[in-house]
Amino acid sequence: MKRIAYPFSPVRRELVRAGFALAGGLALPRWALAADHPPIGTWPAGVEGNSVTIGAAVPRTGTYAEQGEDELKGWQLAVEHLNGGHPLMKKISTKTKKGVLGKEVKLAVADSAAKPNDAVQAQQRFITENKVILMTGSTSSAVAVAMNKLAQREKVLYVTGISGSNDTTGKDCVRYGFRQNFYGQTAAAALGPVLVKAYGKNKKAAYMTPDYTYGHTVTKSMQDYLATAGWTTVTNQVSPLGAPDYSSYLLNIANSGADVLINVNWGHDAVLSIQQAERFGIFGKMKLAVPYQIPFLAPEVGGDLLGGVYAATDFWWTLENKYPLAKQFVEAFEKRWNYKPEWGANNAYMSFAFWADAVENAGTFYPPDVIKSFEAGRKLQSTVGEVYFRKEDHQLVRPVVIVQGKKQSEMKNKEDFWNVIEIMPGAPLMQKPDAFGCNLGDYT
Amino acid sequence: MLNWSNFVSQLINGLALGALLALISSGLTIIYGTLGVLNLAHGAMFMLGGYAGYAAWEATHSFTVAVISGALALMVFGLVMERVVIRYFYGRPHEDQLLVTFGLAMVIVEAVRFFYGSETRLVPAPDVLNGVVSLGFMIYPKYRLVLVGIVAAALLALFIVLYRTRLGMIVRAGIEDPVMVDSLGIDVYRVFMVVFGIGAMAAGFAGIVNAPVVSLTPEVGEAILVQTFVVVVIGGVGSFPGAVLGGLIAGEIISITSMVNPGYAYVMLFAAMTLVLMVRPHGLLGTPGRE
Repeated sequence: MKRIAYPFSPVRRELVRAGFALAGGLALPRWALAADHPPIGTWPAGVEGNSVTIGAAVPRTGTYAEQGEDELKGWQLAVEHLNGGHPLMKKISTKTKKGVLGKEVKLAVADSAAKPNDAVQAQQRFITENKVILMTGSTSSAVAVAMNKLAQREKVLYVTGISGSNDTTGKDCVRYGFRQNFYGQTAAAALGPVLVKAYGKNKKAAYMTPDYTYGHTVTKSMQDYLATAGWTTVTNQVSPLGAPDYSSYLLNIANSGADVLINVNWGHDAVLSIQQAERFGIFGKMKLAVPYQIPFLAPEVGGDLLGGVYAATDFWWTLENKYPLAKQFVEAFEKRWNYKPEWGANNAYMSFAFWADAVENAGTFYPPDVIKSFEAGRKLQSTVGEVYFRKEDHQLVRPVVIVQGKKQSEMKNKEDFWNVIEIMPGAPLMQKPDAFGCNLGDYT
Repeated sequence: MLNWSNFVSQLINGLALGALLALISSGLTIIYGTLGVLNLAHGAMFMLGGYAGYAAWEATHSFTVAVISGALALMVFGLVMERVVIRYFYGRPHEDQLLVTFGLAMVIVEAVRFFYGSETRLVPAPDVLNGVVSLGFMIYPKYRLVLVGIVAAALLALFIVLYRTRLGMIVRAGIEDPVMVDSLGIDVYRVFMVVFGIGAMAAGFAGIVNAPVVSLTPEVGEAILVQTFVVVVIGGVGSFPGAVLGGLIAGEIISITSMVNPGYAYVMLFAAMTLVLMVRPHGLLGTPGRE
């Protein structure tokens, strides 16, 4: 019997069917693949065009304006690197080609003046008008905490700008929020041993604390750590954000008999309080320590006031000598903006790079999938070595850098303000994920 | 830090803080008392005086030149501002005056930011005034002590102008009854312009003499404006002696409270204002009806 050659054998038929299905699938827009998801937040409306927008509410005025501008430059550079497929970006977000999932990234910017209300209003507008797919910005943890709540309510992802409060990934953590930078607990655990080694046990400390979540949690973490070495708090001078004068607080400190002044103030508040402390003769009596280093602190304070001062920080440009990605980052940033990046700019750049990595790995902008991609705990390459996000509280596990201020005579160039003396691995510095009451909440 | 030496230190510090607040507030209150315009740009003018002085200091490295330049620049600025903008708002509702001065404040602040950025600028005090004075139980920055004297001299000069000169007499008469002054053949508008110039000069002078204490940023006037309003309300709106008294009270409240609990320093300041408003709504030295 003549064997009939079927043009489509059962096996071939399966193959062809699968082939068509695959081709059809590829032809569909990506979001349609996830069409079984109901819309959530700004998804899919925000990703339907050729571009996606990120909303940044950053202080361009007020006490933290100087630091806000630095952050903004970091975000702008990251967006340029994403859209251009820069080699540095590709080393961090390894699946990046150009843009994010092939879409151009745009950045919408508003001034928050470091005020939670202003930031939330601006982002609410970005959500409604620009359908932003990611929000960022904070140079104050009060803003970060407010933004966390907005992100969770609106179901739009949020990566913090600078935020040092334990609460941001502690009691005020949310499923939709992620933090790249170090914070009170890790700052204290990293800086504490250095202070004890330098100044000894059983010392008396005076604190200057800005009166909001960042100040209170950083001071508390420092006090808790130093208490283990017998240090006591002789006074804690709490002042409002943007206080016009520190004289009365400084008099209390001058009269306190402290050995070390731990200044938690930030932005212009730190600059002013340190300058005024010097005029009150305080540094003749006690040493200064800065648990949460402030971008541009050294040049703004001026003189030799920070010579020998220990501080904890996220990034300092001389890390380029140790980490190849840091070198690439510092070079690219300096070429673009004509100065060495401060840690705010680095934090901003890395936040966007990690977000891009999470989205590329998720293969979709669908927020719950992006969150799960962040939570997968992938090892990420960064400007401070290998890091990863902790899935329980969305905090990046990353080293804390201990620096010591240089005297002017020791500076090798005009931006050589700090000497990196230690790089402390992140994991041992961190509290247990539930120690600060983090409850992330729902995906949808 | 509740102890005797800290208490005396804080008393002295309160005096220094208060003197400065008195100087800034006096400019605000003179303008309001005479022109009836609540100048929300006063804080910005305080800041502008600091930057004008800073520019002069950069050019000459002389603190004296900086102080004179800061004060004079703001006097000129005040005269121009009155002639070009404020004059057209005398006959308009208070809310228009508030809006226009608020708008001017924003323009001034952002203009300064445009030229100088947000970073901190420092005008150092002259070398002889730098360093600390040891009073035995405390050490205190020399410049702050000298500042009390400088401000006292400036306030005295203002007092003489307002109470011992013909111009002062006209100004005070203008506060009481501008129509009558006008009908006596005195050009009230010219007087108003001069008063605005003097008020602006007081703000500018305060701005530059304060620059070595607080360091300059474009926002330096914002925080001080709020305190200035508290001072004016406590002392009595439109009253020059009230501004001085209110300033000293505010300075002492901030200093003494911070000794007990620094977190409450500004709370107590507002509590004091509320108390004054409840007991004497026209302020301690104000005249009922003027506000």
